[in-house]
Amino acid sequence: MTGAAESIRVERATKASRVFAVAAAAMLAALISLPWWGDAGDMRLIAEMSYYVALAQLWNLLAGYAGLVSVGQQAYVGLGGYMLYYLTGVWDVNVYLAVLIAGPFAGLMAIPVSFAVFRLRGAYFAIGTWVVSEVFALLASLIAVLGAGSGLSLTVPILQEISPERDSRDAILYLMTLAASLLVIGIVYALLRSRHGLALTAIRDSEPASASLGVNTFRTKFIIYIATATCTGLVGALIFLQKLRISPEAGFSINDWTVVVIFMVVIGGIGTIEGPFIGMLIFIVLRELLADYGTYYLILLGLIAIVIMLKAPSGVWGSVLQRYNLQLFPVGRRLAPAPLREPPKR
Amino acid sequence: MQWLNILIQGALLGGFYALFAIGLSMSFGIMRLVNIAHGDFIVLSAYVGMVAIEGTGLDPFSSLVIVVPVMFALGYVLQRGLLNFTLSGGLLPPLLVTFGISVIIQNGLLQGFGAYDHRLQEGPIETASLHLPGGIDVGVYPLVVFAAAVLGIAGLQLLFYSTRLGRAFRAVSDDAETAELMGIDNRKLYALALGIAMAFTAIAGVLFGIRTIFDPAAGPIRLILAFEAVIIGGLGSLWGTLLGGMVLGIAQAIGAALDPTWQILAGHIAFLCILILRPSGLFPRTRD
Amino acid sequence: MTLLLRTQELSAFYGDFQALFGVNVDVMLGETVAIIGANGAGKTTFLRAVAGALAAAPEAVLFDGKPIGGKTPHEIVRLGIAMVPEGRRLFPSLSVEENLLLGSHSGRAGPWNLKRVYQLFPRLQELRRLPAPSLSGGQQQMAAIGRALISNPRLLLCDELSLGLAPVVIRDIYECLGAIAAEGTTIVLVEQDINRALDASARFYCFQEGRLALTAPTGDFDRAAISAAYFGL
Repeated sequence: MTGAAESIRVERATKASRVFAVAAAAMLAALISLPWWGDAGDMRLIAEMSYYVALAQLWNLLAGYAGLVSVGQQAYVGLGGYMLYYLTGVWDVNVYLAVLIAGPFAGLMAIPVSFAVFRLRGAYFAIGTWVVSEVFALLASLIAVLGAGSGLSLTVPILQEISPERDSRDAILYLMTLAASLLVIGIVYALLRSRHGLALTAIRDSEPASASLGVNTFRTKFIIYIATATCTGLVGALIFLQKLRISPEAGFSINDWTVVVIFMVVIGGIGTIEGPFIGMLIFIVLRELLADYGTYYLILLGLIAIVIMLKAPSGVWGSVLQRYNLQLFPVGRRLAPAPLREPPKR
Repeated sequence: MQWLNILIQGALLGGFYALFAIGLSMSFGIMRLVNIAHGDFIVLSAYVGMVAIEGTGLDPFSSLVIVVPVMFALGYVLQRGLLNFTLSGGLLPPLLVTFGISVIIQNGLLQGFGAYDHRLQEGPIETASLHLPGGIDVGVYPLVVFAAAVLGIAGLQLLFYSTRLGRAFRAVSDDAETAELMGIDNRKLYALALGIAMAFTAIAGVLFGIRTIFDPAAGPIRLILAFEAVIIGGLGSLWGTLLGGMVLGIAQAIGAALDPTWQILAGHIAFLCILILRPSGLFPRTRD
Repeated sequence: MTLLLRTQELSAFYGDFQALFGVNVDVMLGETVAIIGANGAGKTTFLRAVAGALAAAPEAVLFDGKPIGGKTPHEIVRLGIAMVPEGRRLFPSLSVEENLLLGSHSGRAGPWNLKRVYQLFPRLQELRRLPAPSLSGGQQQMAAIGRALISNPRLLLCDELSLGLAPVVIRDIYECLGAIAAEGTTIVLVEQDINRALDASARFYCFQEGRLALTAPTGDFDRAAISAAYFGL
């Protein structure tokens, strides 16, 4: 036996991802500097796009990776929003602090919820999460201090805590939303690159097999569910911080926070990180194009989602990924040979 | 006696929920397909009824002669032409495709009929009630609906256990692959199953449209109520679903008696309690 | 002897995994052919491909000279091929009699009906109203065979009849199989019990890792050679 040992190292990045990282950095610089070269309308649009991507990444993590297809994430959007309004309006809590509390509050509420809904599987789990969301919406509509059916508004003093002037307030809210969305995307990405991400992919591919290998499937799914709820709550608080009003119908709206998000993920490519970005862009473009046609764009989205599910279930990006093996957000691990070293001289 | 009336009212409401749930139960039992658009098909049936009534001058009960075949055909074609192709891809395709269908129906109805409320008028039977001894008042209409649910379930049980077709349904539900190896055309059978499920949905929709005002967005809550009845009763048993519906109805009736705005919430809470305490339902029967 | 079934370069896949590599098998009308081989050799895969449960190229399977590869299982049942699946696979929600009657969905006419199946398996008649799972392994196997017979097949595919059964029971079942063959039904028999298989058949095929390793008439064929082919030595 010769002494030349070829060692193997584990590689994470792909060539495409290195190129993309550079492009993304440039894009990020442009987005961060937007308040200085764009107007309020631009900021509102980009803020909306970024919180949609955040929600989509979260739903994708839950459904595409952990296999938990929830049709009830709007519960946490509403919980986050309502907590913000409750803390600032009723308890005079500082608005930044309230935003920071909203997320963990939603996560806390997810714990008892999970005890109920984790009893269900598959599509019944989905409907169960929907029921839970309806329960929260009904409770909100019955509780007087939360404004009951008409909801609450953000008063001027609360807004002025952020900044007394309109322009800087818009900029700060925009940057907060951007930062939170980037944070959420970062968390999702980091999670998927980690050991937990590997566990998730294993669970997604085969739950019994991964359980037999020692992956604690229940605990993994539980943690993902709570984490997703927390982040969704944070995003929800920021959404309603900008909307200035919350009501049970708006806060827990399945159409606004779930239908649209699911379509983005499905059309973009479920189970990939790149997918939600693409799906969000397609959604925004379609919405602008069909703005004059009422709810036809929702019908069209529904049709597109159906066609994609039947013909190209891995979505737009998934099809690209399969053809060209392109990964911009690499989460896999590849074995690559390390350079040969001289065998040690005797 | 007030409480007895509440219990009876709630129990009869269960008949409604059972009717809602039959279609959902059938498609899950036979095809393992949970139709997220189920509630929207109930509402669609009410709209089809409305159109049929306006077109022919029939009363709602008679309009079933039109609505039931129409919805049967719709179910058959939908399964044969679309849903059959989602069955082999795992959990996501059927769920997301029926979700897409739900969105399309709701928005299609919105575009076609507007966001207005409608109700189908059947006449005096809507408010008639039987005055029984002991101060018990029973609404005639709820009794009719409950009877329809019982007859419907009895009819289905007869179909499943005493006919050749029913035997085929049960075989496919047990083991679809072996059923095909025995010569059963699964695709046609599934289409037939959804057709029958839709026929019941049609009945549920028209009866519901007589009792309650409906609009294009009324679907989701119907799905949830049907789903709750199925889960409370336990998967796999139609009579269990009827009992589940009755439990749900009674919970709602009690909630409503305490405060009318608590009705639906009381039902949800009962559902969640049963889910946490007895997850397989009160009268479960399915293998999976 | 007329040719009833022929497979030509039959290959079969489970997803990306290839389980059969160009297998050529001939079955003559009226004969009983055995397919033997170790676990994973592709025997059940072969039967499933013939029965339509697995995709196959159209010309890869010829029944009565006509290509049937890729047809759906229920179409193939209608053409006259019936399967007794591995592990019986009776329908648990159905009674014994309902299971048997399920075979009648083939729409084929022929000598087999409920009465004749009960004549062949009298024990089943006593048990006919019971739910299928309450039967013993041997009784379930008889019911599975009866179910296939009721479809009046020209070709009967039997997958591992002896699996999990006691030797006495296996002997009874194979006696019945002999009676069925005597009626003129062509049988393809997949068996792990080599002796049983060879005793019941006129010719055998030995599979090894998805390929045909050996084929010959049974009779006094050298058992040592069979072992070698079986294990790929």
